[in-house]
Amino acid sequence: MDITRFKALNETCWTLPKVQGETRAEVQLYADRELLAEMDDKVAEQILNVARLPGIVGPAMAMPDAHWGYGFPIGGVAAFDADQGGIISAGGVGFDISCGIRCLRTNLNAIDLASKAVQLADSLYRNIPAGVGQEGEIKLSTSQIDDIMLQGADWALARGYGVDEDLQYIEERGCVKGADPGQVSDLAKKRQRGEMGTLGSGNHYLEVQVVEKIFDPACAEAFGLHEGQIVVSIHCGSRGLGHQIGTDYLVSLAKAAGRLGIDLPDRELACAPINSPEGQAYLGAMNAAINCALANRQILTHLTREVFARILPEARLETLFDVSHNTCKLESHEVGGKKRWLYVHRKGATRAFAPEHPQLPERYRHAGQPVIIGGSMGTGSYVLAGLPGNPAYASASHGAGRSMSRNAALKRWRGRELIDELAGRGILIRTRSMRGAAEEAPGAYKDVDRVAEATEKAGLAKRVAFLRPKVCVKG
Amino acid sequence: MNDETAYFEHGADIGVIGRGATVETAFVEAARAMFAIMAEPGEVDESLSVALEFEEADVEFALVAWLNRLLAEARLQGAVFSRFELARDGAHYRGRAFGCKWNASIARGTEVKGATLTALSVKQDEKGWEARCIVDV
Repeated sequence: MDITRFKALNETCWTLPKVQGETRAEVQLYADRELLAEMDDKVAEQILNVARLPGIVGPAMAMPDAHWGYGFPIGGVAAFDADQGGIISAGGVGFDISCGIRCLRTNLNAIDLASKAVQLADSLYRNIPAGVGQEGEIKLSTSQIDDIMLQGADWALARGYGVDEDLQYIEERGCVKGADPGQVSDLAKKRQRGEMGTLGSGNHYLEVQVVEKIFDPACAEAFGLHEGQIVVSIHCGSRGLGHQIGTDYLVSLAKAAGRLGIDLPDRELACAPINSPEGQAYLGAMNAAINCALANRQILTHLTREVFARILPEARLETLFDVSHNTCKLESHEVGGKKRWLYVHRKGATRAFAPEHPQLPERYRHAGQPVIIGGSMGTGSYVLAGLPGNPAYASASHGAGRSMSRNAALKRWRGRELIDELAGRGILIRTRSMRGAAEEAPGAYKDVDRVAEATEKAGLAKRVAFLRPKVCVKG
Repeated sequence: MNDETAYFEHGADIGVIGRGATVETAFVEAARAMFAIMAEPGEVDESLSVALEFEEADVEFALVAWLNRLLAEARLQGAVFSRFELARDGAHYRGRAFGCKWNASIARGTEVKGATLTALSVKQDEKGWEARCIVDV
């Protein structure tokens, strides 16, 4: 990206000055100079489009891992006030509604895993349905899907998938309010009947990781993390149900926008006023998909525990945190010295509540919300903590962020060779898709260390621990 | 992906292109390109077929509707498709997809979650019709 047209507000925050007569909100891109320069020009184009949406409050923002998305950039954050004509955008949430990461800490250390890693990798691969065309063992009726959409992770827990303590460490305790299954198409419900407890494909994964470095001992202690410890991260979302809700509402809201007097700078920003019937319908459907994603990750947590119990019977896996990164949520934020209720879109961005936030579980009240920056098979992931004074509506990065297209990655890497090379580095990859492995090559992503460092420098979240992958089941 | 000309670049996802003498054939080729992301067409036999129809007056929205209906049908059937037929009568589209249930002999590609409105265009030039959009993977 040509960064000469940007104005630096500080070393990790950049804006695009308005030209005379331009009516839009401010834009702010959080990144160091190098990360900004590496971003595609489309990131700037897309965040400028977001800044033109009605009812936006404050700037349209991009996180340090931002890259070219559809509608919003991936890593895009924007907040809207329903009482000032603010909109909700299907394109600001995406197809994989409530995609997110469940992180589990264990009582195991790297040495416990050493002789069992291959067995564990093979067993996780056999027992965690992953990849295109893979269904789970759980077959549900559409009325049961309705229950899941209303009950979220509670539904899974009531059926033996997990333990009560899990709920404390899931956003909104595993169930968001406002879900309306009546706004979800029958097709979406049917698509989900065999998909609960499945990982999906693309950048989704289940990783067994070792805590390689602690940055903040106090927060690490609160999060129950120490060097050498084994943790597990599960990255997936609402599967077919969310995909179909995204599909249904993207087109219906794009068509409605004109009727509702919204001039869309990009049709993919398909949206409606939050207080309109169309906006409320999408909100109800999106919340239903969030609950579905929370239940899905709860079931996957249970399947993971079952595998560990067979291979490493002494293992205890506790939920560290479960956080989504494709959502729109109603939150209270201080703007201009006043508390306001805003609908915060995070598309490829993680919520990062500061210490003392009332929604934090007691255990993390003084440390801040755990924030997880997912890695890229071969590099690593970070656990961070929310910071006071976060300038982006309590948002932070969600991953390394792609730096290369899938087509380019396919030309550069072969899946089998990549898997062998990673095995040589002590990282066991299990996947049904050689194509997927090549597309997801670590080299196709930004430098996750720089993303995490920029996230901290920008005051979005502070680094707590670095996690090195040992086993990765890829979708 | 056998045919590089059936794809275009996007930073995170994949652009698919279908070309043909008619809108219908362009849509059929776009569907073929999209499903080739999930499986090599040559590995997919035609042991099942699914009929579908839909109404859409806007030809660009019709491309998205066509691709997304196919994705939904594939998911409902636990299937992958490799060949497509489509007829159009004004705003009414009637299609059929041929393929098979996923099985161990089909190498897994990457799941397509949905066809988006990004870079969506259906246009005609001197060579015929071209239909394109980004699909989310």
